[in-house]
Amino acid sequence: MATSTAPPKKVNRIGLEVSSYKGGRTTLCAGCGHNAISERIIECFFEMGIQPWTVAKFSGIGCSSKSPAYFLNLAHGFNSVHGRAPSIATGAILASRHLFGITVSGDGDTASIGIGQYIHMLRRNIRQIYIIENNGVYGLTKGQFSATADLGAKLKTGVVNDMTPIDCCVEAIQLGATLVARSFSGDKRQLQMILKAAIAHHGLSIIDVISPCVTFNDHEGSTKSYAYMKEHEEPLHDLDFIPYFEDISVEIAEGEVREIVLHDGSKLLLKKLGRDYDPGDKLNALKTLHESEQQGHVVTGILYADSSRKHFIDQLNLVDEPLGTLPESRTRPPREVLDQIMEELR
Amino acid sequence: MSTIELSPVSSLRGESDQPVVNDFSIQVATVNGSGSQTANTVLMRALFQMGIPVSGKNLFPSNIAGLPTWFTIRASKQGYIARKKEIDFLVAMNAETAQEDVKKLDPGSAVVYDEPLKLNALRSDLHFYPVPFDKLVGPVCPEARLRKLVRNMIYDGVVANLLGVDMEEIRKALLKQFGAKKAKAAELNWGVVAAGHDFASKNLTKTDRFAVERMNATQGKIIVDGNAATALGAMFAGVTVVTWYPITPSSSLIESLMGYLKRFRIDQETGKATFAVVQGEDELASIGMVIGASWAGARAMTATSGPGISLMSEFAGLAYYAEVPAVIVDVQRVGPSTGLPTRTMQGDLLSTAILSHGDTKHPMLFPSSPRECFRMAIEAFDAAERFQTPVFVMTDLDLGMNNWMSDPFEYPEEPIRRGKVLSKEDLDRLGGFARYKDVDGDGVGYRTLPGTDHPAAAYFTRGSGHNERAIYTEREDDYMNNMDRLARKFETIRAHLPAPHIDRKSKARVGLVCVGTSRYATEESRDQLRDEHGLETSYLRLKAYPFAPELADFVHRHERVYVVEQNRDAQLLALMRLEFDPELIARLRSVRYYGGLPLDARTVTDEIVRQEGL
Repeated sequence: MATSTAPPKKVNRIGLEVSSYKGGRTTLCAGCGHNAISERIIECFFEMGIQPWTVAKFSGIGCSSKSPAYFLNLAHGFNSVHGRAPSIATGAILASRHLFGITVSGDGDTASIGIGQYIHMLRRNIRQIYIIENNGVYGLTKGQFSATADLGAKLKTGVVNDMTPIDCCVEAIQLGATLVARSFSGDKRQLQMILKAAIAHHGLSIIDVISPCVTFNDHEGSTKSYAYMKEHEEPLHDLDFIPYFEDISVEIAEGEVREIVLHDGSKLLLKKLGRDYDPGDKLNALKTLHESEQQGHVVTGILYADSSRKHFIDQLNLVDEPLGTLPESRTRPPREVLDQIMEELR
Repeated sequence: MSTIELSPVSSLRGESDQPVVNDFSIQVATVNGSGSQTANTVLMRALFQMGIPVSGKNLFPSNIAGLPTWFTIRASKQGYIARKKEIDFLVAMNAETAQEDVKKLDPGSAVVYDEPLKLNALRSDLHFYPVPFDKLVGPVCPEARLRKLVRNMIYDGVVANLLGVDMEEIRKALLKQFGAKKAKAAELNWGVVAAGHDFASKNLTKTDRFAVERMNATQGKIIVDGNAATALGAMFAGVTVVTWYPITPSSSLIESLMGYLKRFRIDQETGKATFAVVQGEDELASIGMVIGASWAGARAMTATSGPGISLMSEFAGLAYYAEVPAVIVDVQRVGPSTGLPTRTMQGDLLSTAILSHGDTKHPMLFPSSPRECFRMAIEAFDAAERFQTPVFVMTDLDLGMNNWMSDPFEYPEEPIRRGKVLSKEDLDRLGGFARYKDVDGDGVGYRTLPGTDHPAAAYFTRGSGHNERAIYTEREDDYMNNMDRLARKFETIRAHLPAPHIDRKSKARVGLVCVGTSRYATEESRDQLRDEHGLETSYLRLKAYPFAPELADFVHRHERVYVVEQNRDAQLLALMRLEFDPELIARLRSVRYYGGLPLDARTVTDEIVRQEGL
């Protein structure tokens, strides 16, 4: 006999429960950083009240690229080919400009085989969130170095990397992404704040998340292990996020906090930690990344933000409606146009 | 109207003194980048305006300036528009090739040449017309820096005089070429043409037999290149996303399309575009964007050539297996590898049919004329969306980049059909759907577009193994069921692509089969075989792959069937071998040409005569 009613399930601002944001059961290793990232995506899309079926998920190939199957089951997904998710996402957003794009890639998928498409996506400033689940190794093929492996990093087999790593955030800042962040899959709160900011941003958000591979790159000598990150992570600031739909006023002590107002009206608060980092200063961002690499630190947080640059779709001057579903009356010129062209060719 | 006297003067021994009217080829040999394109186009257009069937072939190098280039114009009262192998009338402007060009001519041919080249010393069995180009251009083009650009117009005047081309038609063609905005340039060029004509009438005595006369065989026709025609087809198909990476010979297709879209596809009220054109960083990105856009509902296309097709291989397999529409135009050029980038070939037939790893196969359409380019561009979009698969439109450099006479294009009467796409209302009614389930027995499932406002709309597209519900699977039965359905779908496609053109002669034992631009030489060769050797032949021109059932029937009805194609390895024939039983395969013969020039009838005839033992 029921003696009490169950507590009402928590719903978000559009009346959906968190279950509407979940995905399939993960097949990645227990403890994989990627699973934590999927959890954060579920939480943030739920809390931001994004309609799941307005979202489109994209990925390439690799462990990371499996993860779109593990969040937002109610969103269309496209697990494409290795290193080429950016072109698929670009095409989909061209056809359907109001789609909410999120791509999940890995360090091999982005920085090795996919570096070409990655770089050109940056130049175009495609409006979407692009997450790099960065663990420095290829997992599915059993632990070879990727192009983000740090100098001196050691594989389980003892092989030491002696090639310069590609820093995907440096590329992103240089080439035109308009929100660039680095985080750590073990830093739950920071990743949440960054993800929410990316959801509110109208442009390309690059989030490079150090996401340890527990099977092939979590040992002594790895620079992408949980232990290494716990010791070497250096947050640039403490983040807080105020969504546009919540009426919260925050008391801010003058000079302690920088505020980024995002396109939808949400605010990201950057509270000083030791230094006053200005994410609007491109040169300083690059300098900071360079110095921290030299010192063996991994700086995390919002590295760069630029709200002035137009995203790709806006540059193309497209009609407001999605191109993909325009009616024939707007895509097939009338008979007179063909007659006119034929006359010109006579 | 100017007139010329057709005096049957024959200064060469053994030559017939009968004039040859409207049945010859002109070849202009120049240096790339010397501005000869205008002179050649004007000459060709003037003949067209005189009602004479013409075709023009630009045989150009992969180079911006400095290498030799040839332009051939064929006038044919019978309406043959294949390249003619024999040159009758040479305009020799290029010192580098002039001697070799002259040595290749048949006796009785005519040569207009730049006087300092002294070509008349080479042979005594040709008609030579020396013209001092530099001396003539000076007085009519005072600005020295322009002389190099207009100098070639002199030969238009000389040739017009020698052949009897109406100067009014030259003038009309010139004005059309330059358009109203460049009236000044047109006048300058006209002065140069007139100087050439004047020189010829005062200084040259016509001794060759070639001449033109007005006809009425081009009325109502247009002149257009195949790339522009394909572009127009795409626009009237309602293309919304166009991606590309520049590559000869397909670049002009996209450039033409951009021009038309900007004129006719800007929303009148808002001034905004109903299309997006994106230049990709390479062909991989171009096809990737097409697949992403088509997945999200756009009519999306890209155009490329062989090297781009090779690069698209991985994505072609994804689109086949994940069942995403795509339209890819392959303007074929000579391979392998970089090959001869500015020469023509039907060289991608076999590799495109099975482009990508695993068991993959793709429909191809084979346009042979600008009209078919227009029509098949529309059909390609219809088929791609109806069957949810990439469709390749296989044109070639000859069709794409040369100017062709054509009947005007017909406005598409059928409405645009977007295939099996479930709307929000459909989902309300159905409650859900299984993406890859064969509901209708034709192998084609139902899809939804991302962004459809319904919680049951989503499915997960993947290039990895999937079952009917688009769920990841590695199960043997799921995999095989899916692959068998894809094979069934291919059979549905076979039944719905354009049917072949067939001309069957009831008593003929020999049949000829070809695709695309091989038709012109093949059709002319049929007449040569009949007229010169008494060999009546049947003819079938395929318009699509997978091949229509009519093909096997045609082969069955003939003892020997010659498959005429422009590649070394008999690629079209090889595709037939994959489908035919041994009894039919035994009837197939091969006629191949792979020199990179547009195929000519004599080459086809000679080879069939050899194999037939005639």
